[in-house]
Amino acid sequence: MLNVDSLQRGMVIDHIESGKCMEVYRLLRLDKLDCSVAIIKNARSKKLGRKDIIKIEDRIDIDLDILGYIDPNITVNVIDQGVIVEKKQMEIPKNLTNVVRCKNPRCITSIEQGLPQVFDLVDSKQVLYRCTYCEQLHEA
Amino acid sequence: MKHLIEPSDLTPQEIGDILDLADKIVENPDAYAEKCRRKKLATLFYEPSTRTRLSFEAAMIELGGNVIGFAGADSSSAAKGESIMDTIRTVQSYADIVAIRHPKEGSAKVATLKAEIPIINAGDGGHQHPTQTLTDLLTIRSLKGRLTDMTIGLCGDLMFGRTVHSLIRATMRYKGIRFLLVSPPELRVPDYILEDLQRHNIPYQEVDRLEKSIGEMDVLYMTRVQKERFFNEEDYIRLRDSYILDLDKMALARPDMIVLHPLPRVNEIEVAVDDDPRACYFKQARLGKYVRMALILKLLEVEGC
Repeated sequence: MLNVDSLQRGMVIDHIESGKCMEVYRLLRLDKLDCSVAIIKNARSKKLGRKDIIKIEDRIDIDLDILGYIDPNITVNVIDQGVIVEKKQMEIPKNLTNVVRCKNPRCITSIEQGLPQVFDLVDSKQVLYRCTYCEQLHEA
Repeated sequence: MKHLIEPSDLTPQEIGDILDLADKIVENPDAYAEKCRRKKLATLFYEPSTRTRLSFEAAMIELGGNVIGFAGADSSSAAKGESIMDTIRTVQSYADIVAIRHPKEGSAKVATLKAEIPIINAGDGGHQHPTQTLTDLLTIRSLKGRLTDMTIGLCGDLMFGRTVHSLIRATMRYKGIRFLLVSPPELRVPDYILEDLQRHNIPYQEVDRLEKSIGEMDVLYMTRVQKERFFNEEDYIRLRDSYILDLDKMALARPDMIVLHPLPRVNEIEVAVDDDPRACYFKQARLGKYVRMALILKLLEVEGC
């Protein structure tokens, strides 16, 4: 069993589907942080069998929409003085801004400067999104 | 202030009002000859056009207004790399309403983001073409007497055919509409349109042979396989002759079916079909001017219209 020190102050992104922690790391741009970040892959989980966990030794603003898009089962625990002071549950976001890029080469987002990549949820069961400009579908 | 980017920006009631106004203009165009005096329409056409641009310009002139704009990206600051949003911010200082055509999908929606005047989508790549749809609806209503309870066949390039996408979006909201989608597998209707049809339980069938299904249609909407939408010329050449409407196929159709086409055609409707009374595409082109006159009046909220 791998031991990673428990946090005194910071955040734990828990119940990440096994194998998706690097996607979370990349989309939340955790590489830009100066604090310690621990990535735990394939941790044992009673609920999921295996899961990934990310521990961040700081309190940061996290875009919960990104986490909800990657996996709505993710939880975020906010830690202060070694105890959980807040537990955040994810929801599938209704809109995504600058999370994924439109894959349609004919979409206006391929040429217009400064245009955010915006997707709107059209089917929450299939987690199906639609580019707000060209309507190309995107499955999460 | 309202924009028209895709057909669902207008309710069926609003569409009905525009078609009614277009009918009134057809009956008595002189009554509308001064309605847009001192108003200016900007036609921003980054892509070639004959009917759409000229009918917009003729529409504004016949309403007593003026037209500014450009035809071709090379003759605007787009050639210098100016964004659509910056172009609109500038143009709205000079005009009261904009009609924009652009090769990229979603471009007209982007034009609305900073717009303080009405924006009309005059075609955004292979995405939507709502003013062609208003023309199609006016033509269907005037020839069939209704917009409900019909089997509408759409044939040809259903993937990149923006007129097809807009027509489906508009007509699926009327009662009793069924679609027959005739195309080669490579040019099927895009998934986002099929998803719309499925979500609203609209009956449709995808078929590969026009001969098999033409006898069931009340309206046949033919489209051109568009060379400009292909990245690969080989694919275009392989697919361009997939469906050609000729007299033999017309003999299988109902006597009261009507054939529409947004034009231009290349070879997908043989010239011999033009003499068939069911061929209505040139009448359709003529009505385009009147429906655009009605749309301009509505979007500019001209009093009494």
